[in-house]
Amino acid sequence: MRYLPLTPDDRAAMLAVIGAPDIDALFADVPAAARLSGPVDLALHAGELEVERELAALSAMSRPAGAGPFFCGAGAYKHHVPATVDHVIQRSEFLTSYTPYQPEIAQGTLQVLFEFQTQVAALTGLDVANASMYDGSTACAEAVMMAKRVTRREKAILSGGLHPHYAATTQTIAHAEGMQIVRQAAAIDAEAAVIDAIDDQTACVVVQTPNVFGVVTDVSKIAEAAHAKGALLIVVTTEAVSFGLLKSPGEMGADIAVAEGQSIGNALNYGGPYVGLFAVREKLVRNMPGRLCGETVDADGRRGYVLTLSTREQHIRREKATSNICTNSGLCALAFTIHMTLLGGTGLTQLAKINHAKARELKAAVEGAGLEVLTPRFFNEIAVRVKGSAARLVDDLLAHGIVAGVPYSRLDPHAGLDDVLLLCATETTTSDDIAALAAALKAA
Amino acid sequence: MTMQNVGRPTRPEGAGETSGFASLTGGRGLLQDEPLIFELGGWSKTGVDLPPAEEPSDLAGLTRESLPLPGLSEPETMRHYVRLSQKNHAIDLALYPLGSCTMKHNPRLNEKAARMAGFADLHPLAPLATTQGALELMDRLAHWLKTLTGMPAVALTPKAGAHGELCGLLCIKAAHEAAGQAHRRTVLVPTSAHGTNPATAAFVGYSVQEIAQTEDGRVDLADLEAKLGPDVAAIMVTNPNTCGLFERDVIEIARITHAHGAYFYCDGANFNAIVGRVRPGDLGVDAMHINLHKTFSTPHGGGGPGAGPVVLSAALAPFAPAPWVVHGPDGLTLVEEAADDAAQAFGRMSAFQGQMGMFVRAYAYMRSHGADGLRQVAEDAVLNANYIKARLSDVMTPAFPDGPCMHEALFDDAWLEGTGVTTLDFAKAMIDEGFHPMTMYFPLVVHGAMLIEPTETESKRELDRFCDALRALAAAAKLGDVDRFKGAPHLAPLRRLDETLAARKPKLTWKPEAEFA
Repeated sequence: MRYLPLTPDDRAAMLAVIGAPDIDALFADVPAAARLSGPVDLALHAGELEVERELAALSAMSRPAGAGPFFCGAGAYKHHVPATVDHVIQRSEFLTSYTPYQPEIAQGTLQVLFEFQTQVAALTGLDVANASMYDGSTACAEAVMMAKRVTRREKAILSGGLHPHYAATTQTIAHAEGMQIVRQAAAIDAEAAVIDAIDDQTACVVVQTPNVFGVVTDVSKIAEAAHAKGALLIVVTTEAVSFGLLKSPGEMGADIAVAEGQSIGNALNYGGPYVGLFAVREKLVRNMPGRLCGETVDADGRRGYVLTLSTREQHIRREKATSNICTNSGLCALAFTIHMTLLGGTGLTQLAKINHAKARELKAAVEGAGLEVLTPRFFNEIAVRVKGSAARLVDDLLAHGIVAGVPYSRLDPHAGLDDVLLLCATETTTSDDIAALAAALKAA
Repeated sequence: MTMQNVGRPTRPEGAGETSGFASLTGGRGLLQDEPLIFELGGWSKTGVDLPPAEEPSDLAGLTRESLPLPGLSEPETMRHYVRLSQKNHAIDLALYPLGSCTMKHNPRLNEKAARMAGFADLHPLAPLATTQGALELMDRLAHWLKTLTGMPAVALTPKAGAHGELCGLLCIKAAHEAAGQAHRRTVLVPTSAHGTNPATAAFVGYSVQEIAQTEDGRVDLADLEAKLGPDVAAIMVTNPNTCGLFERDVIEIARITHAHGAYFYCDGANFNAIVGRVRPGDLGVDAMHINLHKTFSTPHGGGGPGAGPVVLSAALAPFAPAPWVVHGPDGLTLVEEAADDAAQAFGRMSAFQGQMGMFVRAYAYMRSHGADGLRQVAEDAVLNANYIKARLSDVMTPAFPDGPCMHEALFDDAWLEGTGVTTLDFAKAMIDEGFHPMTMYFPLVVHGAMLIEPTETESKRELDRFCDALRALAAAAKLGDVDRFKGAPHLAPLRRLDETLAARKPKLTWKPEAEFA
């Protein structure tokens, strides 16, 4: 077997050194009733060619996003990733290293994390960012639980514009810890409605901008209202490219910003792995979940980086830790950092403007096809009202080779918004794609 | 072109001693100091070529004024990150014997497969008719995981081991609530457990009680039985445990746990030791996460991403979180809501379907090994650990000398007593010899613990090289060569770092010098 270096002679020689008669002797502690006498009922080993063929056949059964006109967003985004990014993350030293627990021989990973944290802090307009979470949705849940630790209150208010899967994830995880989660009804321009719900028991309010319907909101007033009652404002962003153009969460008064970082450097991957961004104001640092990388010096006074403030973490604090998270999204964070370094602030802003312009082109085309666009202010996503079921329309347009976005009912079948379709355009969307969509919508 | 040799010395004559040598610029050959991008980059520079775009006239009052992040051109970016990469140890460079972490070879076929367009360029909310291949792969992966563990169900969505633990405990909590047993709010955890176990229990609002350990490194059955009461929701036991030992009484542990109305959560971090030879389902386990980034070789990537699918017993299966794959009349589909047949699903672990990129890699790895190869994986992993234990036991002190270990060899620091060298010093000296240190000071139950996990992908030659290095270091420690250890590492990109300074005055982002003044 190509992944196993030991030869039969090696095994015999090693058993002799150990003083064991055979390999079974090393499994002597396993109860006899639980020892399998032979291989389980699965296929036997296969060569690289065979395995590659099987996987290529499975891959060919699906239609990639790049195969034709494609308008899905709603939490995951099709962007172009420069070839440099994928090359560097496949370098052995990044791909096949562990969490940097031995900093003397992990400065590569650690310096990348320090750069990542600095980039995320700048993008979100906050002071400090951690070294990544699993994805945006789990980062959102962790932020809500952090608000409980900070405020010692147990109620969280989730805006009706929050991605339903983020709300469900937060509800599942934070509710288990005993929090009261108030989910507001889904509505296109839902953000202002949270203000009336904030009271003296509120630990945090969670608002998303651009929200799941694509609406861009200045949340400054929500921040003021939350702070007036001693609550924290958590701002969620699922489209990280929007940081290039829109006011940052920190600038608008957010205490915690969480985001899905997939858009920068990472492929769609059918939902994972992605990279959760998590940033806070300086005074909240010791309540943060996850790993933090910090600057220090070595024994010779040379600058270096280490994992730090780990007394928050599970391997030190066990049941008193701020979170149970251990493994995070290191390699996805590296991809994010390399892509962000290639872009720079200038490039990200330009990319964001292109995305926005494509969405304006999309909006005009959809309106030209006679559909009502519901999103008043948008970045690169719009919500559209269709005649009848949005899910059926998507099925119909698929027959014309067009993937016409995400029916809202796919995210939340109980909201009574079956006629709402979520559409997204990015720099990868061509004018031909948009024209094809408009023509098919007219014909539908 | 050939190199001109005339008049050019080709032997290193007169090169002399290198100690005390300093370059003129502070450079160190291939190990160059590399500034941060914030010190290198241009504030208006970019390494991508984008077409022009119109100004967003319709976003008045909503746009940011500035985004102060530097950019680099493509060649500068490449050089920066390649230089940084050279400061990392990696499994592709040498043995990486971190106990509990299973740092094994990461086949590149898996990387190639994960990048196929039908997996990588697939949107999580694309119409299901366009994602049948991905759903089929998830279904096949689920079948392999269920068969290897002898368990009837699996929740694929958890994103790492700790997330899997959370998923398992949430299933257990939902099952107790459904049975009118919501008052069960205590979780029993051995003292030797991974930190994630008690942290996860606390995360779901459970209180944690520790189970004592016997002299031979196993769960103390009498103590477990004494603590199992009507308030206990579950036990969380790692098997093989964190001492690298198989819990001989595991079937009895399961029996008495169930007799007291509690569930048996098994931390599957060490599944590599038994895959293909033992099915956790045959041991009475109710839930177990599987770290695909350990046993099934998806790369650890400097800290992640991982994937932590959880296999479940029949009792817990109805409570598994959405979404999951089912066979429908029009092919495969996803159950996304807790309704109808799935009414008892406890909720959702994350936004989408889990770590698809990791599923592809793990499946490619399983298919390559097959049922026979995976069994050999466990055997070679255990053989390699026992070989290391045998080769080092006369110079170091094994924590549990009697009987075989599983896939990890655990030593304590008794043998260092009186040398002035600590476990930490010894570990740092290993760096100078070209090896990554073992896991140290864990498990907590063993003083100055050194937990060595070689995995099955090491050759006998590499194991011998490793054992020879450790024997030489052990001899040096005993001969009083203390400076070798106290000053270690001497040959790494950096020497020991000041972690106290980092924590006392945290500098977590780069700022222009003036702000620190």
